[in-house]
Amino acid sequence: MEWIDFATPKTISEAVELLASKGDRARLMAGGTDLIVQLRGGRRSLDLVVDAKQIPELNALSYSAQNGLVLGAAVPCYKLYGDSAIAAAYPGLMDCATLIGGIQIQGRATVGGNICNSAPSGDSIPAVIVLGGVCHIAGPKGTREVATEDFCTGPGRNVLEAGEILVSVNIPAPQAHSGASYLRFIPRNEMDIAVAGVGSSVVLDASGQNFVSARISLASVAPIPVFAKDAADSLAGKPVSEAVIQEASEKAIEAATPISDMRGTIRQRNHLVGVLARRTLNNAVQRARGG
Amino acid sequence: MPGVVHVQTTINGEDTNFLCEPRQSLLEVLRDVLGMTGTKEGCNDGNCGACTVIFDGRIVDSCLVLGVEVQGREVTTIEGLATADGLHPIQTAFLENAALQCGICTPGFIVASKGLLDEEPDADEGRVRHWLAGNLCRCTGYDKIVRAVLDAGQKMK
Amino acid sequence: MVANIVLSEVEYTHVGKRPIRPDGVDKVTGRAQYGPDITLRGLLHGKVLRSPYAHARINSIDTSQAESYPGVRAVITAQDLPFASLTKEELGAGYQALKFASNHVLAGEKVLYKGHAVAAVAAANLHVAEETAKLIKVEYEELPTVMSVLDAMKDGATLLHDDLFTSSLGETSKTASNVAAHSRFEIGDIQQGFAEADAVVEHEFQTASVHQGYIEPQNGTAFWNADGQLDVWCSTQGAFTVRAALADVLRHPVSKIKVTPMEMGGGFGGKIAIYNEPLAALLSKKSGQPVKLIMSRVEVFEASGPAAGSWMNVKIGATKNGKITACQAEFALDAGGFPGSPAASAAMCAFACYDYPNGLIDSYDVVVNKPKTAAYRAPGSPQAAFAVESVVDELCEKLGIDPIEFRLTNASKEGTRRIEGPVYRRIGLVECLEAARSHDHYQTPVDAQPNGKLRGRGVASGFWFNRGFVSSCNVTVNPDGTVGVVTGSVDLCGTRASIAQQTAEVLGIAYEDIKPSVADTDSIGYTFITGGSRTTFATGLAAINASQDIKQRMVERAAAIWEAPVEDVEYVDGVIQHKSDSELKMTFKELAQRTLTTGGSITAQCNIDPSGEGNSFAFHVVDVEVDPETGKVDVVRYTALQDCGKAVHPSYVEGQLRGRSDAGRRGAGHRMGFERRILL
Repeated sequence: MEWIDFATPKTISEAVELLASKGDRARLMAGGTDLIVQLRGGRRSLDLVVDAKQIPELNALSYSAQNGLVLGAAVPCYKLYGDSAIAAAYPGLMDCATLIGGIQIQGRATVGGNICNSAPSGDSIPAVIVLGGVCHIAGPKGTREVATEDFCTGPGRNVLEAGEILVSVNIPAPQAHSGASYLRFIPRNEMDIAVAGVGSSVVLDASGQNFVSARISLASVAPIPVFAKDAADSLAGKPVSEAVIQEASEKAIEAATPISDMRGTIRQRNHLVGVLARRTLNNAVQRARGG
Repeated sequence: MPGVVHVQTTINGEDTNFLCEPRQSLLEVLRDVLGMTGTKEGCNDGNCGACTVIFDGRIVDSCLVLGVEVQGREVTTIEGLATADGLHPIQTAFLENAALQCGICTPGFIVASKGLLDEEPDADEGRVRHWLAGNLCRCTGYDKIVRAVLDAGQKMK
Repeated sequence: MVANIVLSEVEYTHVGKRPIRPDGVDKVTGRAQYGPDITLRGLLHGKVLRSPYAHARINSIDTSQAESYPGVRAVITAQDLPFASLTKEELGAGYQALKFASNHVLAGEKVLYKGHAVAAVAAANLHVAEETAKLIKVEYEELPTVMSVLDAMKDGATLLHDDLFTSSLGETSKTASNVAAHSRFEIGDIQQGFAEADAVVEHEFQTASVHQGYIEPQNGTAFWNADGQLDVWCSTQGAFTVRAALADVLRHPVSKIKVTPMEMGGGFGGKIAIYNEPLAALLSKKSGQPVKLIMSRVEVFEASGPAAGSWMNVKIGATKNGKITACQAEFALDAGGFPGSPAASAAMCAFACYDYPNGLIDSYDVVVNKPKTAAYRAPGSPQAAFAVESVVDELCEKLGIDPIEFRLTNASKEGTRRIEGPVYRRIGLVECLEAARSHDHYQTPVDAQPNGKLRGRGVASGFWFNRGFVSSCNVTVNPDGTVGVVTGSVDLCGTRASIAQQTAEVLGIAYEDIKPSVADTDSIGYTFITGGSRTTFATGLAAINASQDIKQRMVERAAAIWEAPVEDVEYVDGVIQHKSDSELKMTFKELAQRTLTTGGSITAQCNIDPSGEGNSFAFHVVDVEVDPETGKVDVVRYTALQDCGKAVHPSYVEGQLRGRSDAGRRGAGHRMGFERRILL
């Protein structure tokens, strides 16, 4: 690996200043499970690695039924599923926190880092999108918020400008009669990168028989995680049925623009989007109904 | 030496300090700086688990931790399991169940298993297999490893 | 769940039991020293610069920037290898072999695969070595690539070597080719055989290269001392083969090379060839310090040898009663950049499980622009088995005959002649098939699943030769009654235990009193690699023979002590006693304690090259479940039946079957694709 220096800022403004002064020669590191691999493989070149883990706001993890979840960008995955209240409130988020890498990776990797790594295959991103997660950003010009579906702009690229950092991802409190689910297809059982992944969330009416609204997001089938708005919106007001879900799943395929690569073909990926959309919508419905 | 960092930490319960470059991983520090070669390198990118250590109570791949990050923290490696009184129950279980062939993955599996069994000695087979998904073995086909871990769990209750 | 089928009725004291392996404590505590663990005073780290192209001419290499970088102690290229300054005339018939060996270590005029080593750097700091290797400037001229055996064999294909000719049936071709060798195996009359068949099935198959995937990367450490003594430490399956390969490519006397085999983190056939050792040696020679080279995981996959990929065509004909009338096959295996794939071995294993009157097999060793392939667990056999067993599967379906019945009808037995000549002695294929037929797995029907998933069952048989080859063993009785057993066989997975068990069995003493160890090349007689499932057999036999000599010498020593004729003394169950005088008796330990004052240590030695083949047969039954919506495949039940002879240490035999079944399952998931053509 090339030489790097390592800084441990204790405040947001310290971190922002370090990053702004070095531009693209510095980068924030949370768990390091992507960044260290990239540096070692020569796919990223930096002079300075800035540790995210000593900044209190980035380590924040709090949940309340009124205010929802504040997930600091440096909070590792294991802290999510280790918190019973959060695990109970956000099963959809647990779906992805428990499948990123393996237990060792989850001991370090963070949802915030997964989002900032901005890979089209990032398993946490569709889950956070469908849960309505909002990215809270701090930078030299102050703070701003960006909906997660607007955060990624291309493979490995996102809206963060020079000196900006992701402070936290804030997820609204779950609405009544809502549920979410994330599934991906991999040829193995664990420790793989998604061939295709789908996150779905639904809000049902009080009877549980009709969709009020839905959100669907796709991984690994476009240059960025896809927010399949049309497919999801098509569910609003419709009754919950196999045929309705099937129709929406097929519509979700229209939002996918996959490529063929060593993990899968275009045809396979499109097909999987349909299957996984159907399965996650069904799971989300079941969770929304209290199952 | 400019840029080299002095790190003070606790490894296997002992105060340890070392000099390292920020680009050196914890795995490199353990093996090349401290001479603790029990932790193995298999892939250097978080896929095989041969470099598993316990870092502040959680199992992690030491190839993906920078040496400088353990400042003031606690690390447990394979060298810290046996004591003067004898082997750790997990180590004994691996021997009795013939759960190793070439042995290169063994330290990683043993440390990873400790991470599980310290909290859940009653973990069932499904839980054990899921927990150890981040540890690869090319020799055994995993069956005897799983038996050994279940066996050790019973002894650690 | 393990439920072995034990047909042997003989009970032994140590053989067949499951003692703790003698090296076990070191391995579970992390104390065992593997190749990468070695450290020496003044150690430098080496890193290799590798080709980014699969096929290119090297026009120039400029190492000046790397050489002058602070901290860099040595830089090498192919110019540093002796081959660079030897002429064709000097080398004569050995020219091509040395050229290939040398160019494999460091590319000469051309690079032949992405990852081909071009230069290497040594520095005290590993990261400095890695970064400065990138400062070496190489001018490449890209050439067209040949990536598959079919492309390589076409007329007009780009040639990897303009001096490689096809050796075919005793003749050498006049024009250069990518086909290094063509072998043919023939018996009876193929046309007649197919004419007699009621059903014929023929398919083409292709398999990709599959890497052995050992967890521990290739590694080598070397110190070239000022007196010319070269010491090497590495993870290898054969210290003596490494020594020979180094002597050859470095033109350095064998007597001045010592190879110490370290513990090895997996080999599976992939850690026989040299990669890092000659580079470490040359860097050490140039720098005057010891040098360690460890491949990164990427380098392991790009530059070390995987199992050969293949193109295969298999055609089998049988009567409506299921009797095979003819077997025909073509195998083309890819050797990678330099010749030497197991094409002939694939041909010999292909139909080894069957007794058939008419056969014709052509096999081709073909070079392509990929890393030079290496052995991987019964090299050539898995590829051939995939093709042959798939065709047999379909033939059974066509004929409406149960797959085990079909195989029993045609099973190789004692007296069956394999196509290349050897006649089987006592073998266990029929026993495996019969055991499978009555096994609970095979007897249990494959159920449809209520959850929408599909289940299916597949079976296949397989074969490997299990030959002996050369082993050496030294046995020493220590004064405390323990016994040191020194061999040259690297212990991959429990052979120290199995050799200790066999020694203890012969001597009639405790297993715990045997101290097995693996020696370096200066300390033991020549021993061939640990591989091909030969070690427990051949090295074990060497230990057995040496132990028989120990018994005889104990008898002679006791006779001398008692001043009795040797014929009046006997060795029974670890006790040396006078045949008629019951007062004269010593245990093994008691006699051992007296050896130093009665003539010195009792030792024995055995060098052996056992003839014959073990001939191992296997039959596996697998149930898989497929999710028809996603294509996900899960193995739900797997039963491996293999004729293992007498399992010396059943746990390690189980481990071998388990581990290899797992590897085969993973390989199947990823490598196979095939076309179908059915005739008749």
